[in-house]
Amino acid sequence: MLAFTLRRIVQAIAVMFAVGIIAFSMFRFAGDPVNQMVGQDTTIAEREAIRRSLGLDDPVILQFSHYAANAAQFKFGISYQFRLPVTDLLIERMPATLELAICATVFAMVFGILMGVYSALKRDTVLAKLFQAVSLVGISLPTFLIGILLIYLFAVTLGWLPSFGRGEVVKLGWWTTGLLTLSGLKALIMPSITLGLFQMTLIMRLVRAEMLEVLRTDYIRFARARGLTTRAIHFGHALKNTLIPVITVAGLQFGSVIAFSIITETVFQWPGMGLLFVQAVQNVDIPIMAAYLLMVSLIFVTINLVVDILYTVVDPRLRATVGRAA
Amino acid sequence: MTEPVLSVRNLQVEFASRRGTLRAIDDVSFDIAKGEVLGVVGESGAGKSVTGLSVIGLIDPPGRIAGGEIRLAGLRIDNLPPEQMRRIRGKRIGMIFQDPLTSLNPLYKVGDQIVETIRTHLNLSEQAARRRAIDLLAEVGIPAPEKRIDGYPHEFSGGMRQRVVIALAICAEPEVIIADEPTTALDVSVQAQIISLIKRLGRDHGTAVMLVTHDMGVIAETSDRVAVMYAGRIAEIGPVQDVVRNPLHPYAKGLMGAIPTLAGEDKRLVQIPGSMPRLSAIPRGCSFNPRCAFAFDRCRVERPEPQPRGAQSVACHLYDTVPAESAA
Amino acid sequence: MSDAVVSNSDKQGAQPTRAAQSWFSRALDSDLFYSFRRSKLTMVAAAITVLFFLLAIFASALAVQNPFDPAQLQLMNSRISPLWTADGQSPFLLGTDEQGRDVFSAILYGMRISLAVGVAGVIFAGALGIGLGLIAGYFGGAVDGVIMRIADVQLTFPAILIALLVNGIAKSILGNRLDATSMLVVLVISIGLSFWVGYARTVRGSVMVEKNKDYVAAAQLIGLPAPKIMLRHVLPNTMGPILVIATINLALAIITEATLSFLGVGLPDTMPSLGTLIRIGNNYLFAGEWWIVAFPGLALAALILSINLLGDWLRDALNPKLR
Repeated sequence: MLAFTLRRIVQAIAVMFAVGIIAFSMFRFAGDPVNQMVGQDTTIAEREAIRRSLGLDDPVILQFSHYAANAAQFKFGISYQFRLPVTDLLIERMPATLELAICATVFAMVFGILMGVYSALKRDTVLAKLFQAVSLVGISLPTFLIGILLIYLFAVTLGWLPSFGRGEVVKLGWWTTGLLTLSGLKALIMPSITLGLFQMTLIMRLVRAEMLEVLRTDYIRFARARGLTTRAIHFGHALKNTLIPVITVAGLQFGSVIAFSIITETVFQWPGMGLLFVQAVQNVDIPIMAAYLLMVSLIFVTINLVVDILYTVVDPRLRATVGRAA
Repeated sequence: MTEPVLSVRNLQVEFASRRGTLRAIDDVSFDIAKGEVLGVVGESGAGKSVTGLSVIGLIDPPGRIAGGEIRLAGLRIDNLPPEQMRRIRGKRIGMIFQDPLTSLNPLYKVGDQIVETIRTHLNLSEQAARRRAIDLLAEVGIPAPEKRIDGYPHEFSGGMRQRVVIALAICAEPEVIIADEPTTALDVSVQAQIISLIKRLGRDHGTAVMLVTHDMGVIAETSDRVAVMYAGRIAEIGPVQDVVRNPLHPYAKGLMGAIPTLAGEDKRLVQIPGSMPRLSAIPRGCSFNPRCAFAFDRCRVERPEPQPRGAQSVACHLYDTVPAESAA
Repeated sequence: MSDAVVSNSDKQGAQPTRAAQSWFSRALDSDLFYSFRRSKLTMVAAAITVLFFLLAIFASALAVQNPFDPAQLQLMNSRISPLWTADGQSPFLLGTDEQGRDVFSAILYGMRISLAVGVAGVIFAGALGIGLGLIAGYFGGAVDGVIMRIADVQLTFPAILIALLVNGIAKSILGNRLDATSMLVVLVISIGLSFWVGYARTVRGSVMVEKNKDYVAAAQLIGLPAPKIMLRHVLPNTMGPILVIATINLALAIITEATLSFLGVGLPDTMPSLGTLIRIGNNYLFAGEWWIVAFPGLALAALILSINLLGDWLRDALNPKLR
């Protein structure tokens, strides 16, 4: 178990190292950092001075180690657009993104699992077929279209929900939350659905497929041969075996949700990290792009690591094989 | 003779497929008495397992019971509503599947699976059910049952897992046990133990056992009577000594010839030429006729019906009371 | 057990007749074609997909104006609502936008660009993935290790993020030299780099299997070029899965392009794809001019849905296990 955990941690560090090289290459080679920082009238000599002061004349390896050391302390340089430290910008916007991502995931899990279980157990009913159709539409409609559709319906036509922004937020230390005000909650509804819909269809399809697979297994046949009630078989045996891979995938998807929030945040002008990133891409603000890549990667890698370890805790079989391998 | 515990009459099972309906079981009849072990033998695809599954009511669509009837101690069970049939499964008919490695839910402790089954069928408290589970594990020969009851299936060896599966099958004292190839997936050394366990349980509890296998050796060792199945039909059925020593049906003769014996070293093992027909292409007349060394014209047009001959019953034109001229 | 009996007999029955026939007649006789004819939904989806491709190809003949040509646009024709509404005007079937651009014509031209970028992106991703998969599978060892680790890591990130990053880097490198045409190339590359992994994995697996077969060793012994011979076996074997991946990827590629254009980092207003049209139209939603965004959105959704349906059907039809 310990050896397994250690091996996964080493792998995670290797991935972060690789992403770090990419981020550094972007920062260093894609465009000239000096050009971005100075005005038109800066002389060549001044530029050289800035180059030296930034350490851009040092050997590349040395520059990278500086960059990595800074990144490890969450120092990502100064944004070209805002002339502010990237770290401050990211931290300011992180609560908005995380709140949105969590709400979207909860929405996706609850409805995805319910719809998936239903459509696996009542395969031939009208409702199950409707769910299937909805899931296909959910996968086919681009996120931004869903957002626009919702805005048109609930903001423009009905006027029930705000079409942009977070509503009123409450400060809790450095964290800002929209969960404590009515306008904040109202503002969360449409973005959460927009962001969660794709995950929901994914989870629904996965639950359905996984459940059908489990229902075909020998131990379910044997459970039926033992005369267990349909309820015990479906919700005791089949559901538990179904949910382990599903929760794993849903957990792994949390990183994707954060990345996908780029689109949702743009549609709803949600003041989160994703909107910041899109503006950075539009304005070629490399330090923000590099920092965002590193942040998202860190979240991904951490989640992967946690899920892998949790998985072995939940599934007794894996616990055994991992234990033996260790 | 007392009324049989399990009585199957003219059973037909069909599977709907894209290329039409396939008949997997065609006109199968047999009885099993209290405490009796009926061996059902045949090649894979002969319909042995499907017969077992229809008795316990687990034929899944696109399969269905298309005709005949199944009676459990006189009660007709092939057309019961699902909920009533569910109450019979595990309570009055137990089933043992082929592969003990996949028969148990890997995420539940074996004890929980036994307790769950006991409490589904018997009105016992959690503690009483647990005590009974420990007794059952002891009865099927699992050492230190009070400790092993909290183990997960993957902590048991294949043979031990099959013992757990048997404990699960008998936990509500069923009148009939269907054992579908219970030893096929096990090591040879463990097979004999499991077989003698099933035999002992049948004797001790007076349970009727339907033992499905393709292994004539297992049948000869365990069964009181044996049914030889071929292409969805019973070719021959009778007391095990008679069928083994004096098989009547040419297919049964071939099967018995294929058992190696210590005594008959001089005899070559007989091999039946060809293979069993697919369900979609069962020949007209007797389904065995293309492979049969004794086949004559009538075998190719008319299906032989089972007819008694001594204690045995055989479906073959060779034993017709009015033999056709070419039969001699 | 019982199901196995049935399906096995099915397949054995079909096999002997197949081997002798040509690829094409085999295709018509196949389970694939059978399941295609049986699914009405799939046939509708196929029809819509073909229709959209035709509309895109013959856009210039079908459109009432060239929406890229500012000379043909008249501001007095701006913001006309669709033909069937009270303020509708001929010939603007689906109305016009704020520049007097006919929405129907814009959709035809936008569809052309969306499909072109999507198809080119898929071809680029396919070529890259198949190439890297062949290399990884054939050489194995460290080469394989590096390629597949990159694939693993990339697979954990959503395609849109990778596409955005590639896009941003390209912009940063090219700077002001970036016009609409080179943006098209950048988009194709962003999409290609986001979707190569699926192909690479499939091809690599197949190469690994073929590599250990006797004929490869035999070919090497008598001095024949083993890679060339393997290719003859590997590519037909992987055709099915690659086709499925390509179909599903086409939908994803079109979504990705549309999303990038919607986010304002894709094609500029002067060369609008469906995504660009939706971004432009979105600004007029609050003014009640819903048609500027609704019809491009509808076209995009119908296109993607149809391709996805085709992909779903292909995957199920080629994977007998799921049937």
